[in-house]
Amino acid sequence: MNLFHFLLQNHDQVVELTLEHLWLVGISTLLAILIGIPLGIVSAHWPVWNKPVLGTANVIQTIPSLALFGFLLPVPWLGDRADRLAILALTLYALLPVIRNTYTGIRDVDPAVVEAGRGMGLTGSQLLFQVELPLALSVILSGVRVAVVVSVGLATIAAAIGAGGLGEFIFRGLAMVNNQLILAGAIPAAILALSADFCLGWLERRLRPR
Amino acid sequence: MESSSAIVPVIEFRDVGYALPGGRRLLSDLNLQVQRGETLVLLGRSGSGKTTTLKLINRLLTPSAGEVRVNGTPTRASEVIRLRRSIGYVIQDVGLFPHFTVERNIGLVPRIEGWATERVRRRVEELLQLVGLEANLAGRYPHQLSGGQRQRVGVARALAADPAILLMDEPFGALDALTRDQLQREFLSLQQRLNKTVVFVTHDLREALRLGSRIALMEAGRLVTVLPPNDFVRSSDPLAAAYVESFGGGLGSVENRGQSRP
Repeated sequence: MNLFHFLLQNHDQVVELTLEHLWLVGISTLLAILIGIPLGIVSAHWPVWNKPVLGTANVIQTIPSLALFGFLLPVPWLGDRADRLAILALTLYALLPVIRNTYTGIRDVDPAVVEAGRGMGLTGSQLLFQVELPLALSVILSGVRVAVVVSVGLATIAAAIGAGGLGEFIFRGLAMVNNQLILAGAIPAAILALSADFCLGWLERRLRPR
Repeated sequence: MESSSAIVPVIEFRDVGYALPGGRRLLSDLNLQVQRGETLVLLGRSGSGKTTTLKLINRLLTPSAGEVRVNGTPTRASEVIRLRRSIGYVIQDVGLFPHFTVERNIGLVPRIEGWATERVRRRVEELLQLVGLEANLAGRYPHQLSGGQRQRVGVARALAADPAILLMDEPFGALDALTRDQLQREFLSLQQRLNKTVVFVTHDLREALRLGSRIALMEAGRLVTVLPPNDFVRSSDPLAAAYVESFGGGLGSVENRGQSRP
């Protein structure tokens, strides 16, 4: 197998690009979680925020990724380093599934449970951290899973602006009309996406309330 | 303040009204007193305002007119978290936390009140016994229990911090007739021992006659009449009489209500 040989011969570079890819996806997902979960909580608790927050996240989602990378390029501090820019773009795309699932997860908690908690004298934050978030956790996690899988794919495009990652192989392969090179980027990316999907799916099932 | 605390009702409604933010009135001109140690039953059809009345007591709702006093203090003036923790609350859907074991469900309020772990554990054990559940259920999750067991856990949870007042909103409504009968009987014997001040919501006249020391009939957001069970069945009030009539009139003598069959 030619491809197999290629991967073996260039395994240093494959590993390096894979790690770069993971870094881009990991950091952007983490940021999306840190920003998205609070936004989801806010929109679930204060309905006024629901439309603006989810609407904005929705609009961001519709911007073509290549265009978004292009738009952000001239921005002063961001444009200095391609990976910063890629992380910001990936974070923006990952926000929607995280916010939407946090919102849905909290709204779907049995009203009787919330009512009982309030009636027993739980404070707002006790209710949030001991009841609502634990019960919404598996739904939130499934949003994170969607975000990660989408990010792994999107991150390949980040190579177009020089942010590295497995997209390097793909773009190089496209330029050289070399299918082998394209596959050398695409296959590890697909494996990354599938394994992330599998691991997070498993975690999600473990945490699902009965 | 009144001269003697004995005459201060535990719960008092003074000209209470409640309207939804949209303006629809759910409750008007409610005046009602609940005395220490009694079981006051709020009886009425769905939409009559009984659950609204109940929720005004632990300030899940705030009156839009008049005031509700608990132990002489208007609920509006008291710290709401303190108030709620001093009142046990049991609802029809139980609302047990599905991700907590029975033990954590029952021990939640004591734990957030900062009790020591060992004291919480002993209290949970004691309560399980009190509501007639075996100690080995402590580690189970709510979905592993029967409806009757869940409701008992709900009662145990409400009693956990030993509140003087207990609010119960159709607690036995979703149970089958046999289990309901058994839980009603246990409620009576429990109440004899604990002597809590109980406000109990139901639409079931039979349940009201059996459990209540007084019955408050509600209709369309107004209090119709408050009477002891014996007087209630003989009441000449047209609404009370109609309610009794709709339950088949002859419910048997009220004297043997402890033994009535479902």
